[in-house]
Amino acid sequence: MIERILFVAVLGIAVYLIRKRVMQISSNIRIGKAQALQPSPQRWRNVLLVAFGQSKMFKRPIPAVLHFIIYAGFLIINLEVLEFVLDGLLGTHRLFAPYLGALYPVLMNFFELLAVGVLTACVVFLIRRNVVRLPRFQSPELTKWPRLDANIILLTEIVLMLAILKMNAADQILQSRNSHYTPTGSLFFSGLLIPFYKGFSTSFLVFVERACWWFHIIGILAFAVYVTYSKHLHIFLAFPNTYFARTAPVGQLTNMPVVTREVKSMLGLPPDSDVPPGEAGRFGAKDINDLSRHVLLSAYSCTECGRCTSECPANQTGKKLSPRKIMMDVRDRMEDVGSQLAAGKPGLDDGKSLLNDYITREEINACTSCNACVEACPVLINPLDVIIELRRYVAMEESGSPAAWNMMFQNIETNFAPWKFPASDRAAWTQG
Amino acid sequence: MNPSVRTMADWAARGESPEVLFWVGCAGSFDDRARRVTKAFVKILQAAGVTFGVLGTEETCTGDPARRAGNEFLFQMQAMNNIQVLNGYKVKTILTTCPHCFNTLKNEYPELGGHYEVMHHAEYLQQLIDNGKVRLADGNPYKGRKITFHDSCYLGRANGIYEAPRKVLSALDADLVEMKRCRTTGLCCGAGGAQMFKEPEKGSKDINIARTEEALATSASTVAVACPFCMTMMSDGVKNKEKEHAVHVQDIAELIAEALAENH
Repeated sequence: MIERILFVAVLGIAVYLIRKRVMQISSNIRIGKAQALQPSPQRWRNVLLVAFGQSKMFKRPIPAVLHFIIYAGFLIINLEVLEFVLDGLLGTHRLFAPYLGALYPVLMNFFELLAVGVLTACVVFLIRRNVVRLPRFQSPELTKWPRLDANIILLTEIVLMLAILKMNAADQILQSRNSHYTPTGSLFFSGLLIPFYKGFSTSFLVFVERACWWFHIIGILAFAVYVTYSKHLHIFLAFPNTYFARTAPVGQLTNMPVVTREVKSMLGLPPDSDVPPGEAGRFGAKDINDLSRHVLLSAYSCTECGRCTSECPANQTGKKLSPRKIMMDVRDRMEDVGSQLAAGKPGLDDGKSLLNDYITREEINACTSCNACVEACPVLINPLDVIIELRRYVAMEESGSPAAWNMMFQNIETNFAPWKFPASDRAAWTQG
Repeated sequence: MNPSVRTMADWAARGESPEVLFWVGCAGSFDDRARRVTKAFVKILQAAGVTFGVLGTEETCTGDPARRAGNEFLFQMQAMNNIQVLNGYKVKTILTTCPHCFNTLKNEYPELGGHYEVMHHAEYLQQLIDNGKVRLADGNPYKGRKITFHDSCYLGRANGIYEAPRKVLSALDADLVEMKRCRTTGLCCGAGGAQMFKEPEKGSKDINIARTEEALATSASTVAVACPFCMTMMSDGVKNKEKEHAVHVQDIAELIAEALAENH
């Protein structure tokens, strides 16, 4: 009984903490601008293929297979977690076993296979990050915390999987000694651990089994809370992010209807009826409240894998720009502003802004808008969107573009070409 | 004006309209090197018997570099003016040899009231070759020559056109070799996003040099491009590597124009 009360308390604390954090994230995202969503059948297709089916991961087969094992393990082992939670609440042991009959050992063996797969994949990932030191995990924007975050996630998953195996090993021995332990049949992977535990007393094995059970369930709940503070949020947010991702060709930049309205009135053209009149507001983006909510959501969806940065031509040739850093900066700014607002501090008016204090002009000026980052992202994040919005602010609110660009603007205005050629020479090529 | 190239105003004055509008673009109109591509494409259109018009001095920058540099006002001013001209001539089909003009006209003008069928010359050349309107000489100079194709970002990733330029090149019976990074992972030449009009930011290397190294690594004697900016960047890169005598950077239209059969 005490165990059940304890379990309800632990579960309650986890749910409370997760709920609080989800509300915080949701209000951070709401700092952004609401935007209308163009309906498109592409959206559900993206969720199914890109998020659920991980189609874009398979451009790099080795991490794709390893990642898929962890992902499948996460989805399927959660079925067992459901049993864990119900056992905890009802004070039962292996609640599902009698109902599933002969299927139960098959499922348990399959879960163990997944657990071993997840464990192996996590070990390989740790080696790739810390021993092989893959270049995309060594970029300057991966400071102490992002690196620690990644290692905590991998280590936690390893430890959780080990707990499942140890618990099953102890459980199998206890099945032969005590009728309280529902027979599961022989389980292959945990069975390998049996010789190690065989010599221990029943009371010690009961302790091991219970300790692993508690460790696993508290571990999972603690991990669930941790995830909401971590880059690991992508396990949930990848799904809505692919749904909200723009479905237009990637070469098409988002239109600015407020500019259309002004240009039309300057040219004496009739205005569009579907654009509501009103304050133009700020052109482009200086801070996170100028970005759309979807962009902010996508910053929380980023798991810092760095595929974008490793494909970026500017980054590869030593420029400061890193598309991953752009998304990390957006999230960091949201977190800073959000936690300030929660503490009754100024938030957006803290004297800082996304542009300048987080992302420099040198970074955004280095982008060739080649879309390599957009193509590379496995969850359809678009760092180019942010870069263009920041450039728009610099160009239209500050006239602060690089001098050569201001010259180009001037040439287009006066000669109708980005170079200083007289417009009357445009057809000169037909002469010779 | 050369009577073989008519402007839309000429066509309108005759009360006729051509099959297509050839949007020449600023580079194709003013840049010496790109003008040769313009002329090569015109030669092909004429050989294929396609009637076309150009806007001549009525054409102005699509606004692409202004938009990518953040100046949305200037972009939309350009776009609205161009759309008024294009709609005035009731243009239906636009051809262009520049992927930047192509992307802007095709994807960004519709929202501002300009709806046209827009084709990049890679797609159009492929059509002309496929339906037999363009025939190549049996002994064309590129038969068996090693050619590598550099994907331009605004044709490839931005619009998903990877195969059309390659099919055009395969018509030459050349030995088409791919760079290590091609199609969806093709490396940019470094000119997009208005970089063409400013010096690169500080770094360890220029992007066009990195891309040229990849092109030279294929040991192809011709680097084929389909974009005037890529043309400039790759030509500069080859010159920087002092390989301009051994390796030529050419637009796919130039290669086809050189290989045209006599009996057109």
